[in-house]
Amino acid sequence: MTISTNTGQVGISKALHIVWGGIKKIPAVYFVFFAIFITLGFLSPSYQSMPGIMNFLRRTSPLAILAIGEMMVLASGGFDLSIGSIVTMVVLGSSLLLNNDPSMASTAIGVMLGLSLIIGLVNGLVVSYFKIPSFIATLGMMLLVKGGALYWVGGAPRGYLTDNWRSFGRGYFENVPLVGRFPYALLILIVIAILAYFIFHRSNFGKQVLAIGDNVRASQLSGVRVRVIRVMAFVISSLLAVIGGIMIGGFGGVNVTIGEGLEMQTIAACVIGGVLMLGGKGSVPNVIFGAFTMEAVFNLLNLLGLPKPYKDAVQGLIIISAVAYVSLSSRKKR
Amino acid sequence: MIKVLRALQQQERNKMTTTTFSGNLFKRFFNKFRISPVYIFLIVIFISGGILDQIFADGQILTNEAIFINIIVRSVALGIVAVGQTLVLIGASIDLSVVYVISLTSSVSSYIMQGDPANVPLAILVVFGIGALIGLVNGLIITKLHVNSFITTLGTSLIIKGIINSTFSNYVGGVPKSFEYFGYAMVGSIPVSIFVFVIIVVAGWFLLTRTKFGAHLYGVGGNAEVARLSGLRTDRILIGAHILCSMTAVLTGLFLVSRMQSGSPWVGPDGLYDLESIATTVVGGTAIAGGKGGVWGTLAGVLIFGVLDTVFNQLGVNPYLKTVLRGAIIILAVASYTYRSKKEAA
Repeated sequence: MTISTNTGQVGISKALHIVWGGIKKIPAVYFVFFAIFITLGFLSPSYQSMPGIMNFLRRTSPLAILAIGEMMVLASGGFDLSIGSIVTMVVLGSSLLLNNDPSMASTAIGVMLGLSLIIGLVNGLVVSYFKIPSFIATLGMMLLVKGGALYWVGGAPRGYLTDNWRSFGRGYFENVPLVGRFPYALLILIVIAILAYFIFHRSNFGKQVLAIGDNVRASQLSGVRVRVIRVMAFVISSLLAVIGGIMIGGFGGVNVTIGEGLEMQTIAACVIGGVLMLGGKGSVPNVIFGAFTMEAVFNLLNLLGLPKPYKDAVQGLIIISAVAYVSLSSRKKR
Repeated sequence: MIKVLRALQQQERNKMTTTTFSGNLFKRFFNKFRISPVYIFLIVIFISGGILDQIFADGQILTNEAIFINIIVRSVALGIVAVGQTLVLIGASIDLSVVYVISLTSSVSSYIMQGDPANVPLAILVVFGIGALIGLVNGLIITKLHVNSFITTLGTSLIIKGIINSTFSNYVGGVPKSFEYFGYAMVGSIPVSIFVFVIIVVAGWFLLTRTKFGAHLYGVGGNAEVARLSGLRTDRILIGAHILCSMTAVLTGLFLVSRMQSGSPWVGPDGLYDLESIATTVVGGTAIAGGKGGVWGTLAGVLIFGVLDTVFNQLGVNPYLKTVLRGAIIILAVASYTYRSKKEAA
C-alpha cells in the first residue's frame, strides 16, 4: 500500500519534472508577452474583446514582418539600418506613382519591389565585396534612399494613396467565424511567417545564414558561399521592408517621417525575440512575438500615461539590457 | 612595456607602407609625422572641386579667401568630434551616441545660459559633466557588461534622444553675446574656432603618440587580449577613450550653440555627426577594427568632407540630392579603404 503511493508520488513528480522541463524550453518572450498582454487587458477593456485583439494584431503585423527581414540579416552577423527609409520610400513613391488612379496599385507595388531588390543587392554586394561593415554601409544607404525618395517627390508628400493600395494595411475580411473581422495584414503576416519559417528553419539557406553568423571562416572552409548567402539575406530584408511599408502606409497615410526609427524598433523586437547580436541565433516565431511584445510594451506605457518621446528611451533600455543579459549569462556558462 | 608597444607600432607602420626604395623622402616625411596619404586625395578633390566651380559656377572657391576659410569653419564642428571618434575607433570601439550628446549639449547649455553671461561657466561645467557621465556609462556598459559597442551606444543614444524629445521641443534659451565669441570672433582674418580646432587636433596627436595612454590605447585596439595579458588595464583605457570622445562631442555642441545662438534639440541628428565622424575617421586611415590610425588622417578626412560640402553649395545642388550624394560618398570613401582587407565584413 505504502509502496504504491510512493511510486505514485514519484510518477507525479517525474511528470511534473517533464512538464517543467518543457516549460523551461519555451523562450521567455512568450511569457513576457502574455504577462504584458493580460496586464493590458486589465487596464483597458478593449484588449479583452476579439475586435480589440484583432486591431492590436493588425497594428503589429508590419513590425513583425520587418523584424523577420531584419532577423535574417542579424542572424548572418550584420545589421540592416536602411529598412526605415525603404518604408518612407515605399509610401512617398507609391503616392506619386498611384496619382489617384487605383488601377496603378499593382504597378506601384511592383516598382517598389524592384527598387528594394536593387537596394538589397547593393547593400549585400557592398558589404560582402567591399567589406564595409554593414552598419556603415546600410546607414549610408539609409541616407541615399531617404534623400532619393524626397528628391523624387520634391521634398513634400504629393498625391494620395488609393483605397485598394491601402487595403493591405487597413482592410478586413468581414464576418469570419469566431473572430468577426479578420485583418488582411494578419493574413499577410501569417503567410510570410510560414514562408520565412520554411526558408529559415527548414532549408539549407537558413542553416548557412546561422553558420555565417556563428563563424564566417569555418563556414567558408566548409563550403558555404558566404557572399551569396549574405546578399540574399539583405535582399530578403529589403523586400520584406516593402511589404511592411505598404501595410504601414495603409493605415498611416502619406507622411515624410513615416519610416523614421523603424530600424531601431525592429532591432529591439529581434533582440527581445532572442536573436543574437552579431549572428548565430534566430527564430521566426520568437521574433514575431518579440515584435508583439514591443508593441504591447508601448501600448502599456501609453495606458500608463508616459509621454510618447520616452518610447525611444524605453527601446534603448530594452536593447542594452537584453544584450547585456545574454552576454553576461553566456559568459557565466563558460 | 611602452617601448615594446612602440616598437610594435613602428613595425606595423613600416609594414603598412612598404617603401619602394629607402630614399623616398616623401614617404619618410609622411611616415615620420604619421600623416596618411589621404592628403594627396584631399588636394586632388580641392583642385578638381575648384575647377568644377570655375566652369559651372562663379569660381569663388579658388579666388575668394573668405570661402576658403569658410571650408575650415564648416569643418570645425565635425572635426572636433571626429578627433574623439578617432580615439574610440583606435580602441576598437565605436560611439554612435555623439549626435545626441551634441544635441543635449546645445539644448542644456543654452537653457542654463538664458542669454546671461554670468551663467556661462556653470553651463559649460554642467554640459562637460553630462558628457563625461555619458562617456563613462558607455564605457562601463561596453567593458563591464560586455555589450557590443555598437549596440551600447545605439541604446544610449536612443535613451538620450527620448530624454531630449520629452524635455525640449523647440529652440531653447539663448547664448549671451560674450559666448558667441567662440563661434564668430576673428583673430586677424582667422576665426577663433579654427584655433580651438587646431588645439584639439594637436592635443589628440599628442595624446596618441606622446603619452602612455595613447600607446596603451593602440595596444587595446590592436589586440585586447594580448594587451590584457601584458598587464594593461584594458577596461580603464577604453572607458577613458569613451569619456574623451563624449567630451569632444560636448565641445562640438558648444561650438554649434555659439554659432546658432540658441540651443536646438535636432542639431546633432541633422548634422549626421555620428555617421560622418566615423566616415571621416575611416577615410583618414583609422581602421574600424582598431589599433591603427591617427588624428592627422582624420583632419584630412574632415577637410575632404568640408570641401565637398562647399563645392555642392557653390554648384547649387538640390538639398535632397545632396543627402543622396553624401550617402554615396560615405559608402565609397569607406569602401576605398576596406575593399582590400582580407577579412570578411559583417
